[in-house]
Amino acid sequence: MFNKILIANRGEIACRVIKTARKMGIKTVAVYSDADKNALHVQMADEAVHIGPPPANQSYIVIDKIMEAIRATGAEAVHPGYGFLSENAKFAEALEAAGVAFIGPPKVAIEAMGDKITSKKLAQEANVSTVPGYMGLIEDADEAVKISGQIGYPVMIKASAGGGGKGMRIAWNDAEAREGFQSSKNEAASSFGDDRIFIEKFVTQPRHIEIQVLADKHGNTVYLHERECSIQRRNQKVVEEAPSPFLDPETRAAMGKQACALAAAVGYSSAGTVEFIVDGDKNFYFLEMNTRLQVEHPVTELITGVDLVEQMIRVAAGEKLPFAQEDIKLEGWAIENRLYAEDPYRGFLPSIGRLTRYRPPVEVAAGPMAEAGTWHGEAETGKTAVRNDTGVYEGGEISMFYDPMIAKLCTWGPDRATAIEAMRNALDTFEVEGIGHNLPFVAAVMDHPKFISGEMTTAFIAEEYPDGFEGVTLPENEVTRVMAAAAAMYRVSEIRRARVSGRMDNHNRTVGTHWVVKIGDRSETVDIVADPMGATVNFAGGPSMRVKGGWVPGMSLAEVTVDDVPLTMKVEKKTSGYRLRHRGADLRVFIRTERQAELAALMPEKLPPDTSKLLLCPMPGLVVSLAVAEGDEVQEGQALCTVEAMKMENILRAERAGTVVAIRAEIGASLGVDEIIMEFE
Amino acid sequence: MKDILRELEDRRAIARLGGGETRVAAQHAKGKLTARERIDLLVDEGSFEEYDTFVTHRCTDFGMEENRPAGDGVVTGWGTVNGRMVYVFSQDFTVLGGSVSATHAAKICKIMDMAMQNGAPVIGMNDSGGARIQEGVDSLAGYGEVFQRNIMASGVVPQISMIMGPCAGGAVYSPAMTDFIFMVKDSSYMFVTGPDVVRTVTNEQVTAEELGGASTHTKKSSVADAAFENDVEAITEVRRLIDFLPSSNREKPPVRPFFDAPDRIEPSLDTLIPDNPNVPYDMKELILKVADEADFYEIQENFAKNMITGFIRLEGQTVGVVANQPMVLAGCLDIDSSRKAARFVRFCDAFEIPLLTLIDVPGFLPGTTQEYGGVIKHGAKLLFAYGEATVPKVSVITRKAYGGAYVVMDSKHLRSDVNYAWPTSEIAVMGAKGATEILYRSELGDPEKIAARTAHYEDRFANPFVAAERGFIDEVIQPRMTRKRICRAFASLRGKKLQNPWKKHDNIPL
Repeated sequence: MFNKILIANRGEIACRVIKTARKMGIKTVAVYSDADKNALHVQMADEAVHIGPPPANQSYIVIDKIMEAIRATGAEAVHPGYGFLSENAKFAEALEAAGVAFIGPPKVAIEAMGDKITSKKLAQEANVSTVPGYMGLIEDADEAVKISGQIGYPVMIKASAGGGGKGMRIAWNDAEAREGFQSSKNEAASSFGDDRIFIEKFVTQPRHIEIQVLADKHGNTVYLHERECSIQRRNQKVVEEAPSPFLDPETRAAMGKQACALAAAVGYSSAGTVEFIVDGDKNFYFLEMNTRLQVEHPVTELITGVDLVEQMIRVAAGEKLPFAQEDIKLEGWAIENRLYAEDPYRGFLPSIGRLTRYRPPVEVAAGPMAEAGTWHGEAETGKTAVRNDTGVYEGGEISMFYDPMIAKLCTWGPDRATAIEAMRNALDTFEVEGIGHNLPFVAAVMDHPKFISGEMTTAFIAEEYPDGFEGVTLPENEVTRVMAAAAAMYRVSEIRRARVSGRMDNHNRTVGTHWVVKIGDRSETVDIVADPMGATVNFAGGPSMRVKGGWVPGMSLAEVTVDDVPLTMKVEKKTSGYRLRHRGADLRVFIRTERQAELAALMPEKLPPDTSKLLLCPMPGLVVSLAVAEGDEVQEGQALCTVEAMKMENILRAERAGTVVAIRAEIGASLGVDEIIMEFE
Repeated sequence: MKDILRELEDRRAIARLGGGETRVAAQHAKGKLTARERIDLLVDEGSFEEYDTFVTHRCTDFGMEENRPAGDGVVTGWGTVNGRMVYVFSQDFTVLGGSVSATHAAKICKIMDMAMQNGAPVIGMNDSGGARIQEGVDSLAGYGEVFQRNIMASGVVPQISMIMGPCAGGAVYSPAMTDFIFMVKDSSYMFVTGPDVVRTVTNEQVTAEELGGASTHTKKSSVADAAFENDVEAITEVRRLIDFLPSSNREKPPVRPFFDAPDRIEPSLDTLIPDNPNVPYDMKELILKVADEADFYEIQENFAKNMITGFIRLEGQTVGVVANQPMVLAGCLDIDSSRKAARFVRFCDAFEIPLLTLIDVPGFLPGTTQEYGGVIKHGAKLLFAYGEATVPKVSVITRKAYGGAYVVMDSKHLRSDVNYAWPTSEIAVMGAKGATEILYRSELGDPEKIAARTAHYEDRFANPFVAAERGFIDEVIQPRMTRKRICRAFASLRGKKLQNPWKKHDNIPL
């Protein structure tokens, strides 16, 4: 076994690899750019080597710099994580030349699977079912139309070098095929410098289901079942789970066998993932093979108990797999939510900056990983597991240079419903402040009926949130529970206020028991009977609820129970009440005496100002330049001004055509969020 | 006997009706509450004790003898806020437009005299059309009597003004002399001369809102300390402020039970200061992480944002915070920020509220605007205020403390009690680049030499240790330990006694 390995990556995956290595008694070397000087992976590793400026193309993906770090530290093997150099055959080659082990597949496998056409050919040769389509290169539009007709509509026209939705078109008839071919070709040429195009059957009701494989260098290959990754936003996976709620054992076994056959065909070793697209009739077709550890690998670990990183290291060191196919468990259910620094209320705009608060849920070990002793890190054991893979910490930075992922929160339960419920609770306790993030959005997904039923396709987000995410409306009874808890909490706060020093003797304020609780348009009168154990909140004409819990004023997280059912909320004190966040909902609750409520009702409703004719500053930053002057006519999409935030220049553009009537910010002004930069007519 | 009792009840009922249902409805239609409704919200339920319910004016001109409503357009008395006594006057716009007569003013004066004598704050809710023209000079005399009491009460009891309707002409000068002014957005305005006069005299076209609305006074003029959405929110927030303030200069600031460990450690503060000294950070994060329960009552949030002022609690005790804000103008001192902080420091000192100063100041803002505007004297106000303050004073330098601004910001030399510095702090006459350019002017042509000189200067002075060697910094502390260290510092200063030499009064550069 190796004595020391280098992790050619950053963020959560570097931390995750270090954890396993540490458990195996292997020393670790981290590499870091200027932007990651204080990063968690640097703190966790035994050694750290600086490899250059923040942009990845000047640090993390510069092979020479990694090789230099290996030489300097004497690392015997390299784990590439995902992204960066993980699927770079040249890197694998450089390592081989230097006599350093690559904790990943052989170079030939990386190369073979790196090209869509080659990989598809190999798959067909290995009897892996592929999407019906034309494998050869297509000369012109006429040929494209002919082939499309042979395959049968709808068809997908794709760039060979494509990815991320670029150079991809769906055609439902000849005319669309002709047009799609041309535009794909153009886009492919400009985006990838490679205009090769192929056409295949377009799969309806598609689900993205992938098989995890693991192979050693001794000819043993096993599959560790599937992961369902259908919930994606613009091809970026957001929610993953294992197993898939859609597969039956037969399909699973069939897919697993094909995945292993493909791995064997390319002489694969290490961990890899074979991605399939599965249609509504459980027909599955090979998409591609990822020759690396996947972001979402924890869900597989949670249901199988196998530490994939450990096995990758062992395989790289020449060890045999310690298990055969029949030893691979599939126990319980695991869900992963990817927490991104993307503001769901602003069209998932990336948000960068300082994590002023970062308090992940407490990790709990349970399930196959706990049983197998593969849980890395310290955690109490419990009935459901909570695992949080992260590379950040409170007071750390989310930088503009890398992937905006904050954490991968996973839960495991004996069944899917339990795992989902554990996830909801974990999300409720997850405190992230200082930047915008998608926690409310994933919380909403966890409560979405289609997700709960397991009936989702890759179009889930596009179909269910066509106009973006606008927050969550809680069911009425859940709002009632929130109201009960808020009222009880508020009363405690008011009693504390009434215990301030300097009171007039014998003329204390008596804090009443009657309160009016208001959330949105709903207003309820309650009577609170408090005792040392908690409070009973009696709704006028409605239910009576028992609130218990250890919340005291000032706590940002309220973990209480209402009628013995846990209720967890993030709490922010506001005038006459709180801002409460729970299950993806963001609620402003007012708690007032009856007299206060009566008078508050007389106050005019102030509509939020119309901002459609304003350019507002989207983030705190400095106005670096103005591209227009007062009186200018602007077109939609035209650059208006540049705001620098965290050293990144953001060009703000016109959302519609108009005339600039006033410029309210000058160059050099530092603006807060939503400050007005200019006005239009 | 019963008839007499009934007469009392009847008279009270009439007085409580104010200007009658029509006028009350009109008041509500404007989004405003009535004088008595406001008092209901301000004081603890059932605690209001009204005085002078039956006072009427004595004017007999212009037919006024026919119109003598009980109370004369202002409701006065006292009540409690969380059990602590406050005196209140609340002008009733529904009664003679809340106009100020001799008797109206006398009612206000009466409770102000009581407040001073008995040691309790005065809260004035202003909603008045102005002087009662029918009374002529009697009305002006009334204003004068109130002004004189505002002056005498200043520094004796906290005085809070809420502007909840019009407040124009001479009437503005009573609030102007109180400690805090709060306005209600869209329904209040304050100006010395209204839009009509402005148009006649200067040809300027301006609306009442532009001239003296809440936005103008909280962002441009700094006349008001905060603005709120409506009457209810404004009053609720004033109650919250009262919880921070002592009842008078004879009493200690209030202490409230707290649920936040004084020794709470905040590891994230270790990374608050960016690596690059020119990159800003939000000083409010430090304030919130130091404060009990992250509870911060900010004063003048929207004015001179390069300086933050407000109240927090530490171990349940009120502390005034003054802090440079690196996010705005790099946190420099200028005319506005100096005035803002100086006034806040003097309020705290007057009422025995300990002061916490958080420092990251690159110096004074240069430029003709500043010099022509008299930054010398305005900056001196802050210097003066810190130097004369005898309350417990604790400071933390987080990053820059350069030049004269270092001395001004609660330095040891101004009798500060405990001066902490983070290891990231740089206490020097100026930044390294500027200093080397002056010290080594002859070498300016040689960038290599200058770089070496700059590096040397940074090594020598861009740290807290030179100051610490001299005892100007009492201790260099870990950022994460800041709350604990500050709490202990203030705890150690609870017995502080310091007296300035006798004088009639000082001559602060106004």
